[in-house]
Amino acid sequence: MDIATKFLTMALAILIFVAVVGVILFIAGRSERTSGKRVAFLFLLPTAIMLTVGLLYPAVRTIFYSFFDAAGTSFIGLGNYETIFGSAEQLIVLRNTAIWVLITPFVATAIGLLYAILVDGARGEGPAKALIFLPMAISFVAASVIWKFVYAFRPDQPNVNQIGLLNQILVWVGLPPQQFLISTPFNTLFLIVVMIWIQAGFAMTILSASIKAIPDDVIEAARLDGVNPFEMFRFVTLPAIRPSVVVVMTTISIATLKVFDIVRTMTGGQFDTSVVANEFYSQSFRSDNQGLGAALAVLLFVLVVPIVVYNVHQLRASEAR
Amino acid sequence: MSSIRSRRILAAVSGGLGFALVLTACSGGDSGGDETTAASGDCAAYESYGDLSGKTVSVYTSIVTPEDTPQIDSYKPFEECTGATIEYVGDKAFETQVLVRAKAGNPPDIAYVPQPGLLNQLVATGAAVEAPQTVVDNIDEFWGEDWKGYATVDGKVYAAPLGANVKSLVWYSPTEFADAGYEIPTTLDDLMALTEQMVADGKVPWCAGIGSGEATGWPITDWMEDFMLRLSGPDVYDQWVNHEIAFNSEAPTAALDGVGAYLKNPAFVNGGLGDVNSIAATAFQDGGLPILEGTCSLHRQASFYAANFPEGTNVSEDGDVFAFYLPGETEDVKPVLGGGEFVLAFADRPEVAAFQTYLSTDLWANNKAIASPAGGWVSANKGLEVANLVSPVDKLAATILQDPNAVFRFDGSDMMPAAIGSNAFWKQSTNWITGQSTKETVDNIEAAWPAS
Repeated sequence: MDIATKFLTMALAILIFVAVVGVILFIAGRSERTSGKRVAFLFLLPTAIMLTVGLLYPAVRTIFYSFFDAAGTSFIGLGNYETIFGSAEQLIVLRNTAIWVLITPFVATAIGLLYAILVDGARGEGPAKALIFLPMAISFVAASVIWKFVYAFRPDQPNVNQIGLLNQILVWVGLPPQQFLISTPFNTLFLIVVMIWIQAGFAMTILSASIKAIPDDVIEAARLDGVNPFEMFRFVTLPAIRPSVVVVMTTISIATLKVFDIVRTMTGGQFDTSVVANEFYSQSFRSDNQGLGAALAVLLFVLVVPIVVYNVHQLRASEAR
Repeated sequence: MSSIRSRRILAAVSGGLGFALVLTACSGGDSGGDETTAASGDCAAYESYGDLSGKTVSVYTSIVTPEDTPQIDSYKPFEECTGATIEYVGDKAFETQVLVRAKAGNPPDIAYVPQPGLLNQLVATGAAVEAPQTVVDNIDEFWGEDWKGYATVDGKVYAAPLGANVKSLVWYSPTEFADAGYEIPTTLDDLMALTEQMVADGKVPWCAGIGSGEATGWPITDWMEDFMLRLSGPDVYDQWVNHEIAFNSEAPTAALDGVGAYLKNPAFVNGGLGDVNSIAATAFQDGGLPILEGTCSLHRQASFYAANFPEGTNVSEDGDVFAFYLPGETEDVKPVLGGGEFVLAFADRPEVAAFQTYLSTDLWANNKAIASPAGGWVSANKGLEVANLVSPVDKLAATILQDPNAVFRFDGSDMMPAAIGSNAFWKQSTNWITGQSTKETVDNIEAAWPAS
């Protein structure tokens, strides 16, 4: 298919979409005066249909197939879940996912928060913030490629030069170069660094905005009471920005649970670095084991749901105040 | 009111743009070849195909740019002499899409199938048609029983082979061999003796790299297949691939230990790249490059590795780098590990049969060799004149394939179930190189073999 046909397809798609939206708007416009509920229903209908087709149906189907064997033909009950929680290989996947979720949100939020407080009101705040926010603009895959170069290994031999930043530093201080991505279990930590590098900027931006939103009178009152900087942080800043901290932590937690790009790009899940999302992909599409893949997807879903529920709960609580 | 309306239109249009971008991203990007005129030779050889004016044959393949141009060029004489038109479509997602198309009742006229396993699956859909007698006759004339076996399902021959590649090669530096007085080994024992000679000369002989993203580990599967073929012979190899013997039985264990004698010996690896562990960390593309720097002497990799050397590298018998055949146990047995495509038809129209027949002739094989000025293509077709090939590596590969003693076997990991061939085998091989024992490795792969 050449470029012209592609553009023709695109133009056609735009026309169809405009036509569909136009019809909805037209019908809604006509019934606007008669009944508010009908209008609401009409506007919700496309969303409801798309949610059913694009989310509800696949979700139910995935859960259904997680009870079937590799080919998706015979029912094996909880067999796939037994594999996930029983085989040594899958237990490493669960262990890695746990390490990711336990470390990333806390460290990324802590770094972001610390940075936000340090640069708050300082000279050159804008550029300083831009620096740490920049990684957010880089895709996970690109970030992984960059960090692969940072971790790159060359042997410590004459006429062989290090090309990786970290190993070059090690060689400069007289230490032997290390295989950062191969030595288990520390390689998972080196992958987590990439995620933190990306997410700290996100945490910093949200938290900085919310620190700036603390009313000046509260801060002045605290100053009059004679608090030191630590007390200021502990008793004034932190309680005031608590809802934002929760949002940031939960958002990063969810992103971390679903992490796939970094693992796949940097190690491909080899050397015991696989996580649930990556394992789901390789079982479904590489190993041709649809049942186990579906079970891993369900597991991921089950792990994410409580965090989402907590997040919504916190949002409601903070709105109610 | 009018401002509201215009805002609505704006929203609809901008939404539509985004939606359309998604749609166009989904539509496949297949490219046809550009028109180049081939010299129209004598049409006498094409008379048997008859007049096919106005007839069209659609070809669907995994061969995409830039390798598609010589393919399309090699059809020109056929098109000019018979009047038929060949519609060539190359698709990177061929392997999944061709199954979808066959099952949906929308197959191409002809598909070039790169794996025997996929050929079996396609035949099982019921959409494929048996090869015409003319093709079967050509297979008998130009290929050995080994190739015919891979194209046969339930006693029926379905397809003739198209191209081929050779994996049983060891890359080396002809200059270094000449300077140090090394001989090209002709038996496995010679190879080990040469390796030890190099160590005695103060060298780290072998270099290897198995890094390939999620496919990390596959070069070791090739190593192991080569050693399976050499240490236990083609029959046991077939049993191993078909899981008629367990993966952790004696023969496969011996084969992996045979590989380990080279790759896990710290004195033998990893020239210019580090210790044994560095094999896992090195991208397979970089695995053989130290030969050029003189820090490594031997690198086992397929014929396609020629493309990995930097531009300007002289790849020939007396150049910077070249390859020799990974020897068998003795000089008389020549097992060859490799791959290739098969020409499978889904329609029994006369023009389809004619084109299928044309592709199975020595005529086409030589046309293809001439139409590939950049090299990078060989066939196991015994009618292929080696002199028509351009690159020295292609000539070497063709000579190996046409050797009367050669016994060809397909890459075994490609034929194993996906759970093994594209997962457990790779992963366990990687673990093996980073320290896991041979026994644990073969046990783990055997345990991962899907039931049924």
